This record gives sequence, C-alpha cells and structure tokens, in this order.
Amino acid sequence: MTALLSVRNLDVSFTTYGRRTQVLRDVSIDVPEGAQIALVGESGSGKTVLMKTVMGILPQPPAKVEGGAILFDDRDLLTMPERDRLRLRGTAMSMVFQDPMSSLNPVFTIYDQLGTILKHADRRLGRQRGRRERWARVLEVLEQVRMREPERVARSFPMQLSGGMRQRILIAMALLSEPRLLIADEPGTALDVTTQAQILNLLRDLVTRQNLALLMITHNLGVVRETSTYTYVMNQGRIVEQAPTAEIFAAPREAYTRELIAAVPRLTGRAT
Amino acid sequence: MTAPVLEVRNLVKTFAVKGAFGRGRGIVRAVDDVSFSIGAGEVFGLAGESGSGKSTIARMVMGLSQPDSGDILIDGQSILGRGTSLAHRQQVQMVFQNPGASLNPRRTVGQSIRVPLDAHNFAGDRRARVGELLEMAQLPAHFADRFPHELSGGQKQRVAIARALAVEPRLLVLDEPTSALDVSVQSHVIELLEDLVAQLGLTYLFISHDLSLMRNFAQRVGILYLGKIVETGPVAPVFTAPQHDYTRLLLASVPVISAEEEALRPTIPMIDGDIPTAEQLLALRELSQTKEFKT
Repeated sequence: MTALLSVRNLDVSFTTYGRRTQVLRDVSIDVPEGAQIALVGESGSGKTVLMKTVMGILPQPPAKVEGGAILFDDRDLLTMPERDRLRLRGTAMSMVFQDPMSSLNPVFTIYDQLGTILKHADRRLGRQRGRRERWARVLEVLEQVRMREPERVARSFPMQLSGGMRQRILIAMALLSEPRLLIADEPGTALDVTTQAQILNLLRDLVTRQNLALLMITHNLGVVRETSTYTYVMNQGRIVEQAPTAEIFAAPREAYTRELIAAVPRLTGRAT
Repeated sequence: MTAPVLEVRNLVKTFAVKGAFGRGRGIVRAVDDVSFSIGAGEVFGLAGESGSGKSTIARMVMGLSQPDSGDILIDGQSILGRGTSLAHRQQVQMVFQNPGASLNPRRTVGQSIRVPLDAHNFAGDRRARVGELLEMAQLPAHFADRFPHELSGGQKQRVAIARALAVEPRLLVLDEPTSALDVSVQSHVIELLEDLVAQLGLTYLFISHDLSLMRNFAQRVGILYLGKIVETGPVAPVFTAPQHDYTRLLLASVPVISAEEEALRPTIPMIDGDIPTAEQLLALRELSQTKEFKT
C-alpha cells in the first residue's frame, strides 16, 4: 500500500448513560501522498468523529475504538506508543480547524501562539531552532498564507484581525512544521462566501505547490467539487459511496448520494 | 394598483463605533439610503455578507430599532413610532436563524406557540389553534407536548414557523431560516415556506448569504454591499447578467456542483483580504476591461 493515511475497517462507539451507540461502522478510507480527498456527510454522519480518531483527540471514554487500524506511513497510530504518536500530531499530520475565533487565544499575539506551537513541535522532533529562526519561520508561513504584512500580523492580537485573516492564521498554524497531511474540518464555513472562496483557493494552491495530501471534511458539496479529486460519502457512520469526485457528481450510484445532490439549490435556478 | 405589503424608503441607520482597545472612533453607515418594496405574495431576497446591513434592515422592519431617517410602510401605513406594538406584531413576524436558540427550552412546543395567541387575546379555542398551526407547519398535532430538545433542527424550525404564523401576519421576515440546517432538511423547510405562500398569501422578506438558495426561492433580489443596495431586480437577470462588480464577485465565489453553474459564474481574479473595499472593486472594474476578463 502506498497511501500516506489509510483508515482500515474502523469501528468506534460512544457510551453515554450506560447506552452504547455505534458511531463509525467499518469505515475505510485512503489518502495517498499528495492527493486531495474529500469526506462529505451531513451532521451526525460521523465525519468529525473520524477526523478526531485519526488525530487522536477523541475523548476516550465516552468514545471507544472497537476495532480497525489507522495506518500513517504504514504504521498503526492506534497501537504505536503515545510518545511516537505525539511526535506525528501537529507535525507530519496537522489540522485546520473550523472556527477561527475559538481556536485562537485572545490574550496572546499571533507570534506568541505560532511561536509556541513551533517550539513544542521542534522539541518533540528533537530539532534545534533559535529565537530568531523561529521568528523567521513564523513570518515565512504567514507569507505562505498570503498575509500582506506578516510582521504586523505576527504582532497582532486575534481580535485585531478579520475573520478571513484569522482563518488564514489557522492554516499557517497547520503549516508550521511542514506537514505531509493536512486535515481540514469545514474551513471557511464560518466565513462569508467571498472570504471562503479565498480560503479554498489558498488551500488548493498550497496543497499543489507543497505537494501536501489534503483530507477535506465538509458538508458542502460545492466545496467537495472544488477541492478534491476523490470523494467518500458518509451517512450514519458508514461510507456509503466512494468514487472520483467527477463521477460522484456525474453518476452517483447510491440513493443517498443522489438525494443529497438533488437537495442542493443550483445557481442556475430550478431545473424545469 | 394596491400598495405593496412592505415599502422601505431611503432608509438610513448609523452607529457610532470605537476601534480596537477603544482607540479611534467614527460612524458606520450600516444602512445607507436603502429603498425597496415587496408586493403581496412575493418573496424578496436581501443578499449580502456580514456587515452589509441586512440584519439591521430586518431589525428596523420588525420595529426593534428606529432608522435615523427614511420610512418603512406596511400596507401603505408608516410603522415608525409604533415600535413593537401588538398592532405591528399582528402584521409582521420573524423566523430566526437558529431554532435551537429561538425556542424556550423549558416550554413545550405547544406552550411556545400559545405565547403569541395569549398576547393577542386570541378569541377562539387556543388549544385547537395550536394543533391547526402545527398542521400548517406539517408537524403532527401531538408535537404540542414535546420539548425543543426532543426535536430535530428541521422540526424546531417548523415550530418557529408555526409560532410566527399564530397571529396571521401579512409579512414574514426570514433571517437565514435554513442556514443552520443540513441541505436535505433545508430543501423541505423551503418547500413548506413556498406552500404557505400559496395557501395563505404570505409575503416574505428573505435574508440570506446563500446565493444559490436565493436564486431558487426569491423572485426578486437586492444585493447589499456595505449598507447600500448595489443591484436589484428579478433573480434571473441579476444572476445571469450581473451589472455590479460586487454581484459578480459574490457569484464568482459560490462553490457549485455542476458545469452549467460553473459556466454562469463570472471568472474574476480573487482578492486577498476581506470584504473588498471600493478601491479594490474599482481595480476589478479596470481588470474587467482587459480582454482576459469574462463578463
């Protein structure tokens, strides 16, 4: 297998008030190196649970991984020692979160926050980087996310930046330690449509230019079509359909996928 | 010709603002000389991004805030100064964005729907009326005994619609009524709203940032940009041949799912930054006159 990330037959359940609910059933997905993969589903489909399981940030209990494997570079994340896993998280694989306001600490400057992340990532990987180099690296990633004045932005507090800029800070955060896999959870959905378009543009550009693998988790079929080449459709904890993105839209096989596509309002108006 | 159900004339609303950490101050013209009218049975859409003034307009139409100048007429009568009086409430009701927050979690669905009936001293059998309203919203009558947490998002929004209909208003202000819902649920709520227009002759002021939904639900649309309506007209021409650069930018930004829609989207270079400023739009216009720019 050559996939960078390979989730195999994953089963996850939640136990609340003594009742067990299976939330992921036999889920398998592959994200090859440098590929752009989308995982689409409505609320409650299990897409966020899957993402959290992969990142190792699923609260256990109440959740429990019942079976399956998550291979990253052919090593199983579920069985490797916690130390090794920590070394991967936020470094080789990173995450772009959805809500730019709640993911940034309002009382620290952007540099404080990015610099701290970088420092910890360096420590985990046993890398040495001085203060000046850290500052340079932070400015470099801010430039990569197309900040026009990286130095001013680095010295700003989150509230001094607009929503779109904050979302770009979160992308910069994910890029700090040169990841190979970027997992994006509905980036831009909290933003205006023009800003969202810029964020998607930026992500697309970054993944192709830096040869990153992208796993885009979203409920928006338009976002799926514009950011991925291969799509998994999720419903009630299962992968119900998977195909190249163009095929999903041209010839959806499953009734669920067809209904989902039919429910999306079209810019061209109703088909008559 | 009869008077439009809602007429908004040269509406202006300004707010005083402070900069970050209280530094600097100024005045924001949140709504800047906005005029439009909505005929009976019509769905008029206001589309814009955050800060465009769409919610401020909704609040003024609801009587929740007063404009600095301009006038708002319902059936030809000015509503200014009537505030949130019962008479005004009888004519205009609102459906909010997040049904999870707009329903009291400690009241049953029936109790929530009864509030407006009690407030307006509804003369008939109020219990029967609650059942009738639930039925209008296509919910079973026994839902009256349920609490909001027992309902799905779409069901909660139907309850909110039933409650808004309780006093038989002429006009509903729909503020992003489906943006918190899944797309399959959204399509059913929109169908319900359309059925209600046919059944009850309702008129809607529909506020949304979702242009694809706007195209399908509204008959006419006004594009709001920094407090001004920059373009208005029936949806088909506005979407197929947008005249204003900002409308083009909005349309170009919508993620779409088919080649036909893609063909409709103007291709323009994306600006980095947030809501584009007037200078950036001007720069776009210059670009649009060069040959690689498709209009």
